Amino acid sequence: MKVIYILWLRQIKRYFRSRSRIVGAIGQPLLFLLALGYGLGSIYKAAGQGNYLQFLVPGIMAQTVLFSSMFYGAMIIFDRQFGFLKETMVAPVGRFKIMLGGALGGATTSVMQGIIVFLIALLLGFHPYNWVMALFSLLFMGILALAITSFSSGIGSFVQDMQGFQAINQFLVFPLYFLSGALYPLNHVPTWLRIIAELNPISYTVDAMRWSLIGTTRFGIWHDVIALAITLVVLIIFGVFRFRHIEP
Amino acid sequence: MIEVSHLTKKFGNFTAVNDISFNVASGEMFALLGPNGAGKSTTIKMLTTLLKPSSGQLTLNGYDVVKQQDLTRKSFGIVFQDPSVDNDLTAFENMQLHAVMYGVSSKELKTRVKELMTLVELWDRKDSLVKTYSGGMKRRLEIARGLLHHPRVLFLDEPTLGLDTQTRNLLWNYVGNLAHEKKMTILFTTHYLEEAEANASRIAIIDHGKLLTIGTSEELMKQTKTQSLEEAYLYLTGKELRDEQADPHEVWRARQRSRTMR
Repeated sequence: MKVIYILWLRQIKRYFRSRSRIVGAIGQPLLFLLALGYGLGSIYKAAGQGNYLQFLVPGIMAQTVLFSSMFYGAMIIFDRQFGFLKETMVAPVGRFKIMLGGALGGATTSVMQGIIVFLIALLLGFHPYNWVMALFSLLFMGILALAITSFSSGIGSFVQDMQGFQAINQFLVFPLYFLSGALYPLNHVPTWLRIIAELNPISYTVDAMRWSLIGTTRFGIWHDVIALAITLVVLIIFGVFRFRHIEP
Repeated sequence: MIEVSHLTKKFGNFTAVNDISFNVASGEMFALLGPNGAGKSTTIKMLTTLLKPSSGQLTLNGYDVVKQQDLTRKSFGIVFQDPSVDNDLTAFENMQLHAVMYGVSSKELKTRVKELMTLVELWDRKDSLVKTYSGGMKRRLEIARGLLHHPRVLFLDEPTLGLDTQTRNLLWNYVGNLAHEKKMTILFTTHYLEEAEANASRIAIIDHGKLLTIGTSEELMKQTKTQSLEEAYLYLTGKELRDEQADPHEVWRARQRSRTMR
């Protein structure tokens, strides 16, 4: 337990010491909020769908958590390049604990990023449907964050450099995000897109976020929760399995 | 304290370490010498559980290195060839993290860290981020860290590379004391033969993955009918230059990757 705690604490300390990282990771979602929120807001309203900012914010929060959790995998690549990984690999500690401590730390900082985006959204005029329900979004962000940091630990364990890591980001994570219903409602999309979205775990995270923040859901909250739980378990297993075969 | 018997490591068709056997006694300072790519680092990686041997038997502090990994890991400290500290943590935090991972009790932690960091003359800089440290300071910190959990064996992989004379002097004095007074077993590699001559009780020379010879520096000179350790070394390993090749493990891995891409 102490080992997991100290490795978690390492990530938290590094996060607060790197202001550029905090700001950098907020820039992108903020751009999405402003450009899409204001750019498409009026069309969305004209189409009779209501307030686009309300619809968009839960998706952007999920985006923030998704991408900052993916970035955690890059930290493992840096740890290898700067040699620190060797220090943990010769320590008399199970690989599972090393993986989990770091992933929990990365997940915690990702959720913090999500909260910052939420606060900015409040300033822009977003208002949650019910403040008590809104607290559930912390849970959903936490689950997504831990699932993705476990996944990115696994990726970081066998991808040797940043270029390879970026390729996975480009070809896997960006498509998962854009095809998830985070940015547009899935009601009127072509069937192929709907099917992809329904197989995509990010869709269920976004849906659960909407349920807690604006009180609407497409799949039903229990479907969302089950999908999130399965995603979490599968990705933790993937992360642990890959991390066990890591070579420093 | 360390028993290596018929140790072999193959990467694909390439044999990085080829049937090496030697023993190191408790409290001994043992030098492993050889040109670049001879198999020194691969041997150390296997002794420190970072790599699994292809065949052979490894025992450290009475533990089977392959089967009793965690007990082995508790028994040794290591200073790697390249820095392995977290630059974004302070020196004290690096020490603390190590202590927790090795199960040093929180009661002992503070006094032990202070004692060791004072010894390597870094205690007054304990709260600085490690990225503000010079190469020599990082190395001193790593030595202090490697000793934190009372290891019985200390591995030093080219510990003096790029260090100034003062730091090298301090390092060897201190390491010598550990061996003589605390009976700690030291296994080190170096390219500076005078360091091996001055500090090692016995020297092993390996090249192309094979153990060429083993003995005190006098024995090596006598054996090769030469006047100095350097002459003996060159007599055994030849004078041609070695390419500063990446470690065979990396080369093998790169080849595996390009194969899966195809």
